[in-house]
Amino acid sequence: MSLDIILSQIFNGLSLSSILLMIGMGLSITFGIMGVINFAHGEFLMIGAYTVFIVQVIFAKLLGQAFPGISFLIALPLSFFVAAGIGWLLEKVLIRFLYGKPYETLLATWGVSLILQQAARNIFGANNVDVASPKWFEHGIQITQGLQLPYNRLFIIGLSSLCLTGMFIYLYRTVKGRKIRAVMQNRRMSACLGIPTPKIDAFTFAMGSGVAGVAGCAVSLLGSIGPSLGQNYIIDAFMVVILGGIGGLAGTIAGALVIGISSSIFEFISTTSMGKVIVFTLVIIFLQWKPQGLFSLKTRALD
Amino acid sequence: MLFIGGIVGGSVAAKKKDVIKVGILHSLSGTMSISEVAVKDGELLAIEEINAAGGILGKQIVPVIEDGASDWPTFAEKAKKLIMRDKVDVVFGCWTSASRKAVLPVFEKYNHLLVYPVQYEGLEASKNIIYTGATANQQIMPGVSWLLKNKYKKFYLLGSDYVFPRTANLIVKAQLKAEGGILVGEEYTPLGHTEYSTIINKIKAAKPDIVFNSLNGDSNVGFFKQLRAAGITAKDIPTMSVSIAEDEIRGIGAENMLNHFAVWNYFMSMKTPENEKFVKAYKKRFGQDRVTDDPIEANYFGVYLWAKAVEAAGTSDVNKVRVAMRGMKFKAPQGWVSIDPKNNHTRKIVQVGKVNADGQFDILWTSKSQVDPDPFPSLVSNKEVLEPGVIVEKK
Repeated sequence: MSLDIILSQIFNGLSLSSILLMIGMGLSITFGIMGVINFAHGEFLMIGAYTVFIVQVIFAKLLGQAFPGISFLIALPLSFFVAAGIGWLLEKVLIRFLYGKPYETLLATWGVSLILQQAARNIFGANNVDVASPKWFEHGIQITQGLQLPYNRLFIIGLSSLCLTGMFIYLYRTVKGRKIRAVMQNRRMSACLGIPTPKIDAFTFAMGSGVAGVAGCAVSLLGSIGPSLGQNYIIDAFMVVILGGIGGLAGTIAGALVIGISSSIFEFISTTSMGKVIVFTLVIIFLQWKPQGLFSLKTRALD
Repeated sequence: MLFIGGIVGGSVAAKKKDVIKVGILHSLSGTMSISEVAVKDGELLAIEEINAAGGILGKQIVPVIEDGASDWPTFAEKAKKLIMRDKVDVVFGCWTSASRKAVLPVFEKYNHLLVYPVQYEGLEASKNIIYTGATANQQIMPGVSWLLKNKYKKFYLLGSDYVFPRTANLIVKAQLKAEGGILVGEEYTPLGHTEYSTIINKIKAAKPDIVFNSLNGDSNVGFFKQLRAAGITAKDIPTMSVSIAEDEIRGIGAENMLNHFAVWNYFMSMKTPENEKFVKAYKKRFGQDRVTDDPIEANYFGVYLWAKAVEAAGTSDVNKVRVAMRGMKFKAPQGWVSIDPKNNHTRKIVQVGKVNADGQFDILWTSKSQVDPDPFPSLVSNKEVLEPGVIVEKK
């Protein structure tokens, strides 16, 4: 194994990590703050990806051409708002009735996941659709003869860092962020001190969904878009959240890095299926030793 | 109520005399519909053409279309329904080997007839199935031989994780051993897998001359997009695909597949008068943006072969038609094809093509003549077919 290969595997791992991080962020916060295990979270990824497709179709219809570059730039923020909007709606009509009942949410959101997938199948057809990637993502930076870093993966890493920074500033540097953290630590106490917890819940859920939508936008650069797109990532994303420890950004980052990089390394030295098995086994062993995960939120709540 | 039923039944029986019913059984929904809908269209085109020319034995053909829904037990159920309730005289259908294996016992039980249009892994020969797609020795094996002759010695095998790619690669590996190729890697990914960066790195590290690709479905989109993004073009490491035809290239994007190889029996770019007529008719019927490809053509001429057999037998009776189909010849878009009377598979030519910028194939090589089908290649099997349905161990 040459150095080029090792470096490019680490790079691939980072790119996988950054996708998982974008999905995991929302998942971790919704679980941390509301005790909701959201199995439909992967479908927001799908919604984000289909947003890119819709924007391109509209461009092609109105202007006669898809303009992959411009339409992608428009789709990027749009996918956040579309996914966040649907997330907000879901919270209002279903999730808020299930707070603090993790098992019920698991079943209910799994049902929602099936409904959303079937809806996508009915609207867009069972066939996967493909979006044209912007021209500027076509090649990559040639570092050495055997090592090329594709622009699209660099972009995904950048996008993920941007989401992370935004989320960090929001949670740790704004008043609303402080309220979210307060609810996360102790819901009842926060409510007593006048924090409107239902509002915070809906807002946080929408935000997590929106970031997953952005991740969907990123994933559309790598392959085709189908109704079951979210299913490819949701299990890994759950693994990230559980390994990292629930409720904090630091844990999610650490979890995403560990899962992403170790997946790509084990996949390289064994096979695709075997790589997954090894990662899963190691995570299970680790959780036996440290059930709280890598980082755990210190809380005084008695639950 | 009984009375009405009697009248309806009576009118159906009366009608039955002037039409011939055929079953069409494909996945019109679910994951396989991407390929099977186009194949169904090929069948309908052939049926409409035959009807427009006066039908067979003076009767019009009426298709009964059923949806297998990409679900194998559903295929078996629908096959039974077509045979028992609709009383069709033949069924054209299936795509995946899994669906064919699911309906096989039904067709054998009722001693009926299925025309199956897709290249497959072989190791099967039922007297109740006419196979119009290629066996391994009509697609995969000539493809591998062509590569070896053209100095592509080091093979990397990449496939989806199910029966067809695994069996195909079993044959490829035996062939590499026999003909002097080198295996530098072998990898399978689940159907629907989209993350290929690690496998692309493995391919880079293994430095093969050729990637032999039997990935199926949407995985190909991810693989070829990411291959190109990693800076690997067909000039660096070419691939040869056995499950990507013109229809699939539309989804992957011609720019992502430029100059990669594929091996098939038919290409849309073939210059025969029959093909020009076929392509024109297909586009006129189903849309100018549609393309024809190997499985569509195989089903199209499958309908014609069956129709000729009905003419020859003078009846649409299943048993007589099945016997009449053996040895039946037809000038298909790809040229003459015929059913091998020994094993119910089809004699057809083999061709290697290279993807051009229009998403079509530039044909690089064509076999000198039709290749006899061999569902049990001696490299991996010690069985042979004596006559349809009779398979024995080789001495």
